[in-house]
Amino acid sequence: MQDEPPDPPRLLDAGDGGLVVELGSTIGEAINRRVIALGEALDAQALPGVREIVPTYRSLLILFDPLEMPRARLRQHVLALWPPPAAGGRRHARWRVPVLYGGEHGVDLEDVARQHALTPEAVVALHAGAEYRVYMIGFAPGFAYLGGLPAAIHTSRRTDPRARTPPRSISIGGQQSAVSPPLEIPSGWHLLGQTPVRSYDPRRADRPFLFEAGDTIRFSPIAADAYRELCAAAEAGVEVVVREDAP
Amino acid sequence: MSGHLVFERPGLFSSLQDFGRFGYQRFGISASGAMDTVAMRAANALIGNAPETAVVEITLVGPAFTVAAERCRIALAGADFPLSVNGRPAEGWRAHALAAGDRVEIGGARAGMRACLAVAGGFAVAPTLGSLSTHSRSGIGGFQGRALQSGDRLPLAGAPPGPLLALAAEHQPRHDGPIRVVLGPQDDFFTAAGIASFLSADYRMTDRTDRMGAQLDGPPIEHAKGFNIVSDGIMNGSIQVPGNGRPLILLADRQTTGGYPKIATVIAADLPRLAQRRPGEAIRFERVTVDEAEAAARAHRAAIAAMLQDLRDAAGTAMDLTAERLLALNVVGGVCSAFD
Repeated sequence: MQDEPPDPPRLLDAGDGGLVVELGSTIGEAINRRVIALGEALDAQALPGVREIVPTYRSLLILFDPLEMPRARLRQHVLALWPPPAAGGRRHARWRVPVLYGGEHGVDLEDVARQHALTPEAVVALHAGAEYRVYMIGFAPGFAYLGGLPAAIHTSRRTDPRARTPPRSISIGGQQSAVSPPLEIPSGWHLLGQTPVRSYDPRRADRPFLFEAGDTIRFSPIAADAYRELCAAAEAGVEVVVREDAP
Repeated sequence: MSGHLVFERPGLFSSLQDFGRFGYQRFGISASGAMDTVAMRAANALIGNAPETAVVEITLVGPAFTVAAERCRIALAGADFPLSVNGRPAEGWRAHALAAGDRVEIGGARAGMRACLAVAGGFAVAPTLGSLSTHSRSGIGGFQGRALQSGDRLPLAGAPPGPLLALAAEHQPRHDGPIRVVLGPQDDFFTAAGIASFLSADYRMTDRTDRMGAQLDGPPIEHAKGFNIVSDGIMNGSIQVPGNGRPLILLADRQTTGGYPKIATVIAADLPRLAQRRPGEAIRFERVTVDEAEAAARAHRAAIAAMLQDLRDAAGTAMDLTAERLLALNVVGGVCSAFD
């Protein structure tokens, strides 16, 4: 089936210092690809007065100084780049992330299995068998929102969000999965496991944030002793994530 | 010359801040930075610091500290905090020359919410991701990624002797008046009655007011089509209205994305004034167009430049605006080409 040509974006003012470029109102891979491609095209222009560009599921937030970059000109720049190249300009990383599922590392695994009348092993097989796309990084440093969760384990968020969740949690909420940073963040998502990988690490001076919007992630179940070993290595500053594409 | 400020008590919430850390919101970290950037610029200018030099931002109740350095110059600007040096009352909006062992005490704010404490030369703290701003929620930046605690020794970068300036009361910024907003980006999620109550009612700052955001209380704002949007980017000054209808203004340390519709955005020129509104105080919003907001940004910049022109020598004589003096103040750029 041929993709329909995308509608031009809606440009919405966010005060005098923000412009929202809205490509749609739904969560989906096609829109998200265009968001990221448009963001990259704008990044490449390095426009004066543009302070940052924040890609999210279906829109870009452009923060700028209107005294350096008049709003009308910024709008023209954005529309001139529409539609962005379908393939996107830059190649994105493909990551393999080790996960210790269940037990104290994923306290909601059994409950999620019960909700779907599955065994915990089947939930792990489904979760680790899928390929995920990083739709956006948001909420907390390095927190990755992932699309691609198999429909069989779509699970409504918890009615009682937790004020703190374990660092480096792998969770699911609604139609999405997520990778937590090495911080105890509040969350209403279901905790399936924990990874030794630090999606945010200020010691990694060249790349404090591992993932970015547009990357691909797959999960590999690991055993408790491997988890402990990898955690110790990560603690010592060794990179324990596997990048599957040649960087 | 270097040394430390030794904090005997930290105050309610004191943290290192500069103009913020830009470029990382796409990775989940909002910019942070001083909430009242006018106060930050003034505090730095009073002692001849570059405008972007990091300051200690203090909140409602200030710290007490001792100077562990041969000498240093400090200035406090922003909200009206009682200040004393070795037990003797001292003024804000004025530079003070201190010597080793001097004890500075900053009390509870008489009016306003925040002030910036600048030290000549700034602090000898390594930046994180290009900024000294503290984002305490994620443990990034500032002094060990957190607000100051009792016993902290904040290292000083040190500075050569420099100016001691003051700003007369009539030139200090006022913090009262309505807060101007541009409607949107999701004002279409609200009924006409909802927008009317947002723009006409008195809201109140609640105790849930910090560097992340300000939760307001007041007449609930009516949604037109639910209160869920697909999460998108949030900026400093975005006003979210969740299901309970009570507006929440998101500020410097906000979460980077959110899923509630945003009825309006505080204009950039009014963010410093908003930063001085304290819990319990009323807040009223005034709608402006985006063009008016831009004009306000231009006027705001001119007002800051005018304020810095009104600095006077702290001894009371009119400041000598020679080229050397302006250079020391760092308000003039491009004078250093001889060194290139």
